[in-house]
Amino acid sequence: MSKAHTYKKDHINTDEIIPARYLNTDDVAELAAHCMEDLDTEFVNKCVPGDCIVAGDDFGCGSSREHAVWALQGAKIGAVIAQNFARIFYRNCINCGFYPIELANAPELIADGDEIEIDYKAGVIDNKTQGKKIEFKPLPDFALEIINDGGLLEHIKKK
Amino acid sequence: MGMTITEKILAASAGKKCVEPGDLINAKIDCIMCHDVTTPPAISMLKAAGIDRVFDNEKIVVTPDHFQPAKDIKSAELHKRLDSWAKEKNIKHYYKVGKAGVCHALLPEQGHIRPGEVIIGGDSHTCTYGAFAAFSTGIGSTDLAAAIATGEIWFKVPSSIKFVLNGTFGKGVYSKDVILEVIAQIGTDGALYKAMEFVGPALKKMSMEARMTITNMAIEAGGKNGIIAFDEVTKKYLDEHLKDKKDYTIYESDPDAKYERVVEIDCSKLEPTVTFPHLPSGGKPIGQCSGIEMDQAYIGSCTNGRIEDLRIAAEIMKGKEVAIRTIIVPATPEIWKQAKDEGLFDIFYEAGCVISAPTCGACLGGFMGILAAGEKCISTTNRNFIGRMGSPKSEVYLASPATAAASAVEGKLTDCRRFL
Repeated sequence: MSKAHTYKKDHINTDEIIPARYLNTDDVAELAAHCMEDLDTEFVNKCVPGDCIVAGDDFGCGSSREHAVWALQGAKIGAVIAQNFARIFYRNCINCGFYPIELANAPELIADGDEIEIDYKAGVIDNKTQGKKIEFKPLPDFALEIINDGGLLEHIKKK
Repeated sequence: MGMTITEKILAASAGKKCVEPGDLINAKIDCIMCHDVTTPPAISMLKAAGIDRVFDNEKIVVTPDHFQPAKDIKSAELHKRLDSWAKEKNIKHYYKVGKAGVCHALLPEQGHIRPGEVIIGGDSHTCTYGAFAAFSTGIGSTDLAAAIATGEIWFKVPSSIKFVLNGTFGKGVYSKDVILEVIAQIGTDGALYKAMEFVGPALKKMSMEARMTITNMAIEAGGKNGIIAFDEVTKKYLDEHLKDKKDYTIYESDPDAKYERVVEIDCSKLEPTVTFPHLPSGGKPIGQCSGIEMDQAYIGSCTNGRIEDLRIAAEIMKGKEVAIRTIIVPATPEIWKQAKDEGLFDIFYEAGCVISAPTCGACLGGFMGILAAGEKCISTTNRNFIGRMGSPKSEVYLASPATAAASAVEGKLTDCRRFL
């Protein structure tokens, strides 16, 4: 079970996820301490391991910095559920072993604070708070495999 | 069935006769750009995975740029990691501090970009090189690591949107105004996952520098790549800049190539444009927004830090004084020297500007011109997200070098045509 942090906002960009002033390091714990800082200064304090972010269109637009995904992973976020994602960020998520879930009307279906449970393989989000099951198109098997292996390099190594 | 230039390059890179949008292909990479923020983590990943090798030490170009010269201890550590790796792997094209410059200005200038090639880089603005009829796109550190080791990368072939640039530019209108207008029209996700192909008579008259400003910002509309066909202007630039390897393949879109959409822009109708915070789609004609007071002007970056940009700014500032702090950042050492030799530094000095070493610097809120809370900056850069150039409570307004220079002189958003 995880709690949703819902932002009814499109174009949440990499500068908001991890501002470039912190890119002088790739230390995940340091990055995590500033995760989402310019969008929501309280984010790091209110988020518990396994929580999810819910947002509108074009999540992760902007820079190619994988630091954005590392910051979210370091903050122990389980997944981002957005209406759609910017291209480089989406690719970075899978490469890092992190779940990007595309869901139309995501911020309407999952309210801020809702308790949810995600079945990544079946493509179902169980919104416990609202008592609703929401279907999404699951990632293809090869992408799920990469994520389950902990990212692209681990996946290659395993192969 | 006809193919677009993007489809043709990707097909060739994968050893296929033809591809269509949606196909997954494995491309052979011709050039990899590496800088100081995203490459050190890629190197660490390779070491950790036990695949610490480079596929070809002559096809990787390394330059520190984001925080160069090192702005603090942590960035110095990143540079040290990049430096030891480049030396250990005997990277042929390694631009150390003194030769280092803003990557997307440096690579074409130093002759590393050729038509028909597949170029990737650990930076979203890698799409810049598409101005040379190449396929070029930005990736993250993990893809970068895998590419460095294998020389290959998988892509989904994007569908293409064609942008037809018609008409001629009026006074005070530049390629920056065109791309700001394009993004204002289609939005920051208007070309999400797609190739942005620019054609048309207005483009024919643009220099390579001006064209790079356009392809540089393809990512700000969500594009996978921006691309412009080869012509005489491309050829002349390449003749002057290519060094060791001078051959290349020219691909062109077929007349019956398929486009998802065609967008026509009449450049004759454009005005100098200013893009308001906090998205690159917030463009407005100067006529609707002049007079807003600024605290800083920034002229530089991979978008507009080339010699042509500095000449335009100098022309406007000549014999005048700036009313706000104004930072000039030539993008590469060669541009720096040329600006000095042409006397542009004297003009900037007399106008009261500060001239920086080549660096990405404050464009991404690194250093050399960071904004305090409540401050506004007119900038020739490419992004104006919250906190992009400093405080999350500061504001960035994007514009051409001419508009930035005119606004610097007046201390407020100003129509550059008054000075031309």
